[in-house]
Amino acid sequence: MSDTPLLQLRGITKTFGSVEALTDVDFEVNAGEVMALVGDNGAGKSTLIKCVAGIHPADSGQIFFEGQEAHVHGPKDAARLGIEVVYQDLALCDNLDVVQNMYLGRETNRFQILNEAAMEHTTASTLKSLAVTTISSIRQPVATLSGGQRQSVAVAKAVQWNSKLVILDEPTAALGVAQTEQVLALVRRLGEQGLAVVIISHNLHDIYETADRITVLRLGRTVGIYDRRTTSQQAIVEAITFGVPTKVSGIPSAPEAGGEG
Amino acid sequence: MTSADVVGPDAPNPGGAVEHPSGVAGLYQRALFNLRTGNLGPAPIIIGEVLVVALFGFTATNFFTAVNFTNLINEMAGTAILAYGVVFVLLLGEIDLSIGYVAGIGALVVAELQLPGSGHQLNGILAMLIAVAVCAAIGGVQGSIVAFVGVPSFVVTLGGFLIWQGVILNKLEQRGTIIIQDRWINYTDSYAFSHFAGYLIAVIITAVYPLSVLYKRVAARGTQIARVNWGGFAVKLAGVAVASFGTVAIANHGKVIATTLGLPLSGVIVILVAILLTFLAKWTTFGRHVYAVGGNAEAARRAGINVPRIRVLVFMLSGATAGLGGIIFASQVNSVALTFPPGNLLLNAIASAVIGGVSLFGGRGEVRGALLGAVLIGTLQNGLNTLNVSNGWIYIITGLVLLGAVTLDTIAVRLQARSGR
Repeated sequence: MSDTPLLQLRGITKTFGSVEALTDVDFEVNAGEVMALVGDNGAGKSTLIKCVAGIHPADSGQIFFEGQEAHVHGPKDAARLGIEVVYQDLALCDNLDVVQNMYLGRETNRFQILNEAAMEHTTASTLKSLAVTTISSIRQPVATLSGGQRQSVAVAKAVQWNSKLVILDEPTAALGVAQTEQVLALVRRLGEQGLAVVIISHNLHDIYETADRITVLRLGRTVGIYDRRTTSQQAIVEAITFGVPTKVSGIPSAPEAGGEG
Repeated sequence: MTSADVVGPDAPNPGGAVEHPSGVAGLYQRALFNLRTGNLGPAPIIIGEVLVVALFGFTATNFFTAVNFTNLINEMAGTAILAYGVVFVLLLGEIDLSIGYVAGIGALVVAELQLPGSGHQLNGILAMLIAVAVCAAIGGVQGSIVAFVGVPSFVVTLGGFLIWQGVILNKLEQRGTIIIQDRWINYTDSYAFSHFAGYLIAVIITAVYPLSVLYKRVAARGTQIARVNWGGFAVKLAGVAVASFGTVAIANHGKVIATTLGLPLSGVIVILVAILLTFLAKWTTFGRHVYAVGGNAEAARRAGINVPRIRVLVFMLSGATAGLGGIIFASQVNSVALTFPPGNLLLNAIASAVIGGVSLFGGRGEVRGALLGAVLIGTLQNGLNTLNVSNGWIYIITGLVLLGAVTLDTIAVRLQARSGR
């Protein structure tokens, strides 16, 4: 890989009481790349993402964004850098409509008075640019949408803010087959548009459909970073379950896995 | 673009797919659709109010008089103002049990500050502002304990309930009653406008709704919120006009011995505060964040909303409305006594909001609901009083109405869930 990664994490450690959720984890993702983050339950995937998103800061370790060291203490810090997260539980307010959810916490206003017209126009054009066409009214409460529509709104919300990095936590977990394919197409499109994408998933099919590289976590440690094209699904499964330190394909920033490329 | 649509073969979405034609036919269709899907809006409560008025109009001799009508407005004004604050607290999914006695503190502060010969006598308007500010500060302290320490609001405000009751007892046990002589304070629940001024106010209040619709059409051209269902608009406008002009006409008709009555100031305060708080809830960033925190606090937090700040501000608002309501109650009897707050003020205020369709679980409800709820409860209790029904029965009937309203609302929500809305 050529230049500095868009996001680079070094030696991230996070404990909850006596439980060590993350131990000295390294991670990276480049612009225009879809990086999968996989691991068994409790491997620390969601915890790692929450450290990046500022939901709960890491105890130690460094975060580099575009080569600069960044300090993320809250969701606003992450948003300022251009990092957006689509959470597993979607983090949408059911009682608010699509427009209101898209602008949640970042409402367009003048002297605290909402500018509904501007918000509605931008929402409509964002959904159009992502080819989300099945939502008949962007003024209906999110509670009335189907799972696929809600996921599309959540992804569109993340993309709307000129973000550079979009993190998707289990984006297809609650979806049917057809809806899953469409969300995966949307994920690939984000990467093609030059965004850095991190996708967390249990589903190897989803990962092999979308990802360029795969980072495997096990029990809060990095097992390795693998190239999708040169790694078999079997090898990934072994890394997830047994934590086999397989030879890494050309990535210098995975010291636990041997380091050299 | 790789694919035509992202969520193509999705389940049909029942709620949004329905496009209603405009006009009266559209209104009728929409009403039917809403009825089927359980989206009842304020209709049941307005029907209930009409039934109550009709019932007492036939049975009680002193109910259907202009004098009793202005009495009714003065009686319900304080409860309605308290209920507005309750709406915001309930929208967060919290509760404020202290408002009854915080209202008492508001009344006590205002009575103390206007006391002639006390050495600290203030102008009545200044005294009222200070009293409201004190009550907002009380709400702020209680809200801070909820927001920053994480003690459940039920417990914090239950503590407040006892504490402020105790403060009032300590203050008034020896002195008995403090008489309020300041005319500005007493005006809040006794001043009546001249007949002409009353009609002028009716014109202004009737104009607010069409002006807000017009503003949306101009400011939000080309968006869905700018679309107006003209049939619905006409019905609502007619309703507002009938309510405001009818109120003024009946109030102007009243006569006690030689003095003619008029539109009570308390009624105007109730409407003005309702408009102000509706604007706050629906048109401002703060209001949007209140709904967001009530709908999904974790989502709000992840979206970067300062959730504790919203909680504190809402409890401050609840304290302020309680203080204002307390002042109005005190001015009704021109004094503050140990019997304050009157009757079941706290429970009437919460019941008004809940009858008005505000959800106890947060995120759902409107200020106008609390107004309608307060009108219904006020009419009911006033009517039963004029019928000389015992207090016991008044409580029982109020309780049954509350239960009935909430049951109806719960069934409506279930219907909504079943129809996918």
